[in-house]
Amino acid sequence: MATIKIPPVLRASVGGEKQVQAGGDNVREVLRSLASIHPATEEQLFSADGELNRYVNVYLNDEDVRVLDGLDTAVGAGDTLVILPAMAGGLQGSRVQ
Amino acid sequence: MSVSGTELLRQIKSKIEEIDPSEVKELIDEGVAIVDVRGSEEFATGHLPGAKSIPRGHLESRIEGVVPDRSSELILYCASGNRSAYAARTLQEDMGYEHVRSMTGGITLWKDRGYEIEIPRALTSEQRDRYSRHLLIPEIGAEGQQKLLDARVLLLGAGGLGSPSALYLAAAGVGTLGIVDDDEVDLSNLQRQVIHSTQRIGIPKVDSAEESIHALNPDVKVVKHPVRLHARNIMEIIEGWDVIVDGVDNFPTRYLLNDATVRLRIPVVSASILGFDGQLSVFKPYEGPCYRCLFREPPPAELAPSCGANGVLGVLPGTMGLLQATEVIKLILDIGEPAIGRLLLYDALGATLTEVKVHRDPDCPICSRAPEQIADEEMGVFPDYEAFCAAAG
Repeated sequence: MATIKIPPVLRASVGGEKQVQAGGDNVREVLRSLASIHPATEEQLFSADGELNRYVNVYLNDEDVRVLDGLDTAVGAGDTLVILPAMAGGLQGSRVQ
Repeated sequence: MSVSGTELLRQIKSKIEEIDPSEVKELIDEGVAIVDVRGSEEFATGHLPGAKSIPRGHLESRIEGVVPDRSSELILYCASGNRSAYAARTLQEDMGYEHVRSMTGGITLWKDRGYEIEIPRALTSEQRDRYSRHLLIPEIGAEGQQKLLDARVLLLGAGGLGSPSALYLAAAGVGTLGIVDDDEVDLSNLQRQVIHSTQRIGIPKVDSAEESIHALNPDVKVVKHPVRLHARNIMEIIEGWDVIVDGVDNFPTRYLLNDATVRLRIPVVSASILGFDGQLSVFKPYEGPCYRCLFREPPPAELAPSCGANGVLGVLPGTMGLLQATEVIKLILDIGEPAIGRLLLYDALGATLTEVKVHRDPDCPICSRAPEQIADEEMGVFPDYEAFCAAAG
């Protein structure tokens, strides 16, 4: 099982957890497993063609999976995936910081 | 057997190597270490370009800080070439410097030849007192403090992040602070926006911030922009600033800011906050990734979080704003390792700091091209969020 760090904007979709565990041998499998347990995360993570959305970055430990093998990047049991959607500065989306 | 001062000097000069000012002038451009061994008051009246000051009385204790490698080339000078001859002998015979030379005729002959001298701007006695804790740090010192005093830093927003940044940058002596904010102080701001005060509710934030900055440090010049940034005013507002502190609170402006700062090659110290979490990165155009390398596009409106007021732990923008101020100072002084190509994720509840790498995208629609190739009409282009936020209320 890999550990997935959930960003603040996605926490409501996973019952408020900051990190969750999910199984899988590569990034795609781990994220699919997350989406099957917490279906609300699916449209945040994946585009209609099954690829990672452009506005979401996923890091294997500290490295962007796009510079590794993308969704096919192998994931080990002790690895951590960090999900990072685009976030504007200040208080996100609000007019007053 | 005792010798006269004149005889001693003659003997010392016969044991060391001397160099003519014309040759020193050539070597200056090659970056050879040049040390002025006169007193600090003499140094303050003018010195060779790029020379470091080590008064002869401090030579043995300070030379390693300036020239650690004993095999590197080193030129010493004083007013007329005598004190530097004694100093050269000390470095050569007592400390093992292998390539020390003393400049013939000192700075007097240098000036007679009409060569360039640099006149350092001295700090006033009040400034020496105010910034004394900076002056004691070798990485800053008088030279670094002067850089801070000369620096121009633009803060986008005098809110949660901008408040602590502005206060500490002002305290540090950053000479000119620009503030862009069209808002007024509201009671609900004061849980975190510490540059404002209860007495100033209802007044423009730029005015309130200016008052606090001047109360803390009257040295600082404040340039106020009580406007919102948009495509028509951004280039005019941000041009000429050394560093921008980004507390921009919406995607359209974030992308616009990115594109404009890449065009103008201005580094941006960016932070964002939500709840108990903060993020920080430094975007230095063409040296590291830009914001579009990190996120090619923003999320579509229907998947974006609510545009209404979000909650935040009041101290969190303090923490993140001060990390921003720290990065700004590092960029101005060119010290340390700024968070370029790295995104720091701070979790206040867990008390953890996670770091991920951010790479330059070779296909980045903006920073893969030269600044002059980026057209006005391309800047900040993507689906319209402001309309969405307005619709969402």
